Amino acid sequence: MKKIFKNQIALALAGILAGTSAVAGTLVINGDTSDPAPKAAFQAVIDGFEAENPDVDVVYNLFDHEGYKAAIRNFLSADAPDIAFWYAGNRMAPFVEAGLFAPIDDVWADQGLYSLMASSAPGMTMDGKKWGIPFTYYNWGVYYRQDIFENLGITVPTNWDEFIAAGETLKANGVTPITIGTKWLWTAGGVFDYLNLRTNGYDFHMALTSGEIPWTDDRVRATMANYQQLIDGDFFLENHAALSWQEALAPMANGEAAMYIMGNFAVAPLKELGLDDSSLGLFQFPEITPGIPMAEEAPTDTIHLTAGAKNVVDAKRFLAYTARPDVQTAWNKALGQLPTNAGAGVADDKFLNQAFKMLNDNAPGGVAQFYDRDTKAEMASIGMEGFQEFMVKPERLEKILERLEKARQKLY
Amino acid sequence: MYSYWKNNQLKIAPWIFLAPGILMFSLYVIFPIFQSINLSFYQWDGLGTKTYIGAENYIELLDDEYFLVSLKNNVIWLVLYLLAVPAGLFAALFLNQTVRGIRIYKSMFFFPFVISQVVVGLVFSWFYAPSNGLLNVILEAFGFDSIAILAEEDYVTYGIIAAGLWPQTAYCMILYLTGLNSVDPEQIEAGRIDNARGWRMLWYVILPQLKPATFIAVVVTIIGALRSFDLIDIMTGGGPWGSSRVLAYYMYEKAFSEYGFRMGYGAAIAVVLLMIMMIYIATILYRLYRDERGG
Repeated sequence: MKKIFKNQIALALAGILAGTSAVAGTLVINGDTSDPAPKAAFQAVIDGFEAENPDVDVVYNLFDHEGYKAAIRNFLSADAPDIAFWYAGNRMAPFVEAGLFAPIDDVWADQGLYSLMASSAPGMTMDGKKWGIPFTYYNWGVYYRQDIFENLGITVPTNWDEFIAAGETLKANGVTPITIGTKWLWTAGGVFDYLNLRTNGYDFHMALTSGEIPWTDDRVRATMANYQQLIDGDFFLENHAALSWQEALAPMANGEAAMYIMGNFAVAPLKELGLDDSSLGLFQFPEITPGIPMAEEAPTDTIHLTAGAKNVVDAKRFLAYTARPDVQTAWNKALGQLPTNAGAGVADDKFLNQAFKMLNDNAPGGVAQFYDRDTKAEMASIGMEGFQEFMVKPERLEKILERLEKARQKLY
Repeated sequence: MYSYWKNNQLKIAPWIFLAPGILMFSLYVIFPIFQSINLSFYQWDGLGTKTYIGAENYIELLDDEYFLVSLKNNVIWLVLYLLAVPAGLFAALFLNQTVRGIRIYKSMFFFPFVISQVVVGLVFSWFYAPSNGLLNVILEAFGFDSIAILAEEDYVTYGIIAAGLWPQTAYCMILYLTGLNSVDPEQIEAGRIDNARGWRMLWYVILPQLKPATFIAVVVTIIGALRSFDLIDIMTGGGPWGSSRVLAYYMYEKAFSEYGFRMGYGAAIAVVLLMIMMIYIATILYRLYRDERGG
């Protein structure tokens, strides 16, 4: 009995020792691709990488999408993987400043990304260095009921007056012009972003979100005045403060509302609700102030090299792999989104093609990351709450602007 | 050593039995409380270095309108959540009969407490939904205008409290059912002889015997009111522009949420919540101590 036990212990120890020697070629990745399509898409990327690099063994730790946002704060300092998923712009600032991500300028230089990823480069830069690889982005725009517009003889608006007129026609026919659900706040941020980008331009918007401009500035008031025009004109869905963005899809699907200022992730659920390419369309948010170059919203998802990475060599090989045009084409085809590499191709979908053209050709002003990623986190939550309150109680504009200004002064 | 043990066994043994519990409690409850109080004097984003800023977090709290709204909501919760206690009492009195199948009814009444608070919140947010929620369907059937309770800053807290009362009433009901089982039948007989009935019987004969159950019910309800995080998170995420926030939720938003990187500030809010709870904890412990001494 005792002899057998000793043998078993010896075997176990040998197994453990043998196992540890395989650490050299292991790549640990932590990610949040918990939805079915992204999960399968990224698994394909890993399989492709392992096929090309048989000496590397990829260990992928999958977290739930929302839980990841809390988990990342722990694992980056406690037991860092080699590679982690995250977002671009101000969203990655806390981790860059805390020294938890590592700069990868060499990967950018080797892969020629300075030219191939020119549009997403500003969002990945801090202190003059590059902190990750953007692998996908998705567009925002005005998704609309093409069939309702055609029935009522409304042409796609290209400027503010046409937009208001279109809304008035819709209202006269019993259709709510714009559907929106502000229960979880960020949708109101999207509306504000577009109004600000179109009223004052990309540079002003970036300065405002970086806290350089007071919220009581006249140019901000101009944006809010345009916002108020929509609110006073009953353009938005009633009781939107009690609805999530998914609940706001239903009115658009059954014809009670005609436009949705949203990202392209709304297309799939809308198609499931019965709309198709003939009833659903996309147009770029119309111009407000004439002459300002059009800028677009396109939040970017990224992957990063962590500062605590144990296998830096293989991690950089993986990062270079994900930046390749062919890899990004396949990955984004599966995700239904747009590749950040200008040399990559897009899936053959009406909306993706239109969005790709919109972002590459019709967005000379620049690409914003979305309000809650362009601004400091705490300011973002206060700002979005202010927009939601403004949308329901526009008479409180002064109080809201003062509150935002007070927060800006404290946080910046 | 052994003789010391033999001589003092009666005195030492309780401490030895309590030791593991005391150790766990100190390590996981008491020590973190002091850590949090300490953290509230620092500025820390959870990732980088801590900076000592003294009482600045508290001074900022006084000026923070969100904090004052949360405080007000907490007071409303504390007061209105106690409605669960009499509601539970009446439910228990109602169910305290020996009709056939009464146990099934008791289980159904108890069911809300067993399901997760997240589920309760979800069900009630569908109930309150603006156009096709049950509440508005009923209101419109009677000819009233529909009302989106979770989108109105004046009504949202009351709507959430109503949702929270559903499981809490069930819990109080069970406490009272147990208490009613131990009510002395001889005293009730004596009361009947003295012509006590209905309200007077309830108030003078039965309720005094339910004092322990009432005590526990009130304690648990107050703690539940101060901790009410799940319902607010799932139903409104803090309410239309923060009007349904309570201190527990505000603390989470400032310290742990997607948009919160201020551990020190969150800790300061948590300390305020602790102070409010301390008032009740102190009262309760004093009452318990007095009962143990006297009884």
